[in-house]
Amino acid sequence: MRRVLSPVSIAVICAVVAVVALLAYGLAANEPDRQAEESLSRGAREPAPALELPRLSGGGTESLEDYRGRVVVLNFWASWCEPCREESPLLDRWHERMKGRGGTVVGVDSLDIVSDARDFISEYELSYPMLRDGEGDSRESFGIVGFPETFVIDRRGRIAAVRRGPVDAAFMRSQVAPLLGRGA
Amino acid sequence: MKRAAVLATVLTLLAAPATATAQCPRTSLGDIEDEVMCPVCGTPLGLATDAPQAERERAYIERLIADCRSKDEIKAALAAQFGDAVLALPGDAEDDDLGDVLVYLVPALGIALAAAGIAFAVVRWRVGGPRERRPGGAGEAERRLEADMERYEL
Repeated sequence: MRRVLSPVSIAVICAVVAVVALLAYGLAANEPDRQAEESLSRGAREPAPALELPRLSGGGTESLEDYRGRVVVLNFWASWCEPCREESPLLDRWHERMKGRGGTVVGVDSLDIVSDARDFISEYELSYPMLRDGEGDSRESFGIVGFPETFVIDRRGRIAAVRRGPVDAAFMRSQVAPLLGRGA
Repeated sequence: MKRAAVLATVLTLLAAPATATAQCPRTSLGDIEDEVMCPVCGTPLGLATDAPQAERERAYIERLIADCRSKDEIKAALAAQFGDAVLALPGDAEDDDLGDVLVYLVPALGIALAAAGIAFAVVRWRVGGPRERRPGGAGEAERRLEADMERYEL
């Protein structure tokens, strides 16, 4: 004789399946976007996600599109982020170096208090352009999970290198310098 | 006379900050912490104990408290910095009235539906389940009871 499960058993099984499905969805939804790295590992370059944000200094917005034709070192940072303190002077030196060669560093201050960010900029005398993403919306499109994170974008608006964590001189020399030398 | 005037001026100057403090709509960090989020941690600020961003946010709130801002003003200032997502309580965000209602309604409906489903399943199982599993059990007993009642003309 065929054995039929009681409605209570069926309800319990359905509840367990629903909870497991919810957990799986939660894990999958929080998985950061690593498409740029995957493409780079195949030797390809993904177009950088669109980004338009207000200037940290106030007065208008800027977008990545405005920098098309230049090499952009896009650095996501926050004033409360300790490793950001280490890399900021290096980024500023590289900005000075890149300026005359068709490149720039662009900082994106995320999830930060404006006055704290401005104090940070004054303290380190940073001269590169700064945008503000107070709500941290750009984290999703760039797959950012921590600060600092840096994306090197070539002259055609494609991601040429990614650093999840503070950049160092070796990274800048190996990933940024070659892009300044040619028109790619 | 001159000494009295100086004394009066000094007393007035000393009293001024006390009066200002009394008029200040005082709130506390603890009162606000539970109602705002630490945007980086994704938890209410009160639960984010060690995060550097949370520490900065607390310092900012304390500056605003010291600056005599009310609780609502501080929450508005935080929303200006971090967006409405920093507000932890439904109803705080001004532009999403439907969402504020749904955030209470959907879980309540879900709980009510689940409770009704479980109650329905339990009732059906208790009424129908055992009888189906014991063929001739309860049904047979009923028939025998009716036959006995007819036999004894009850």
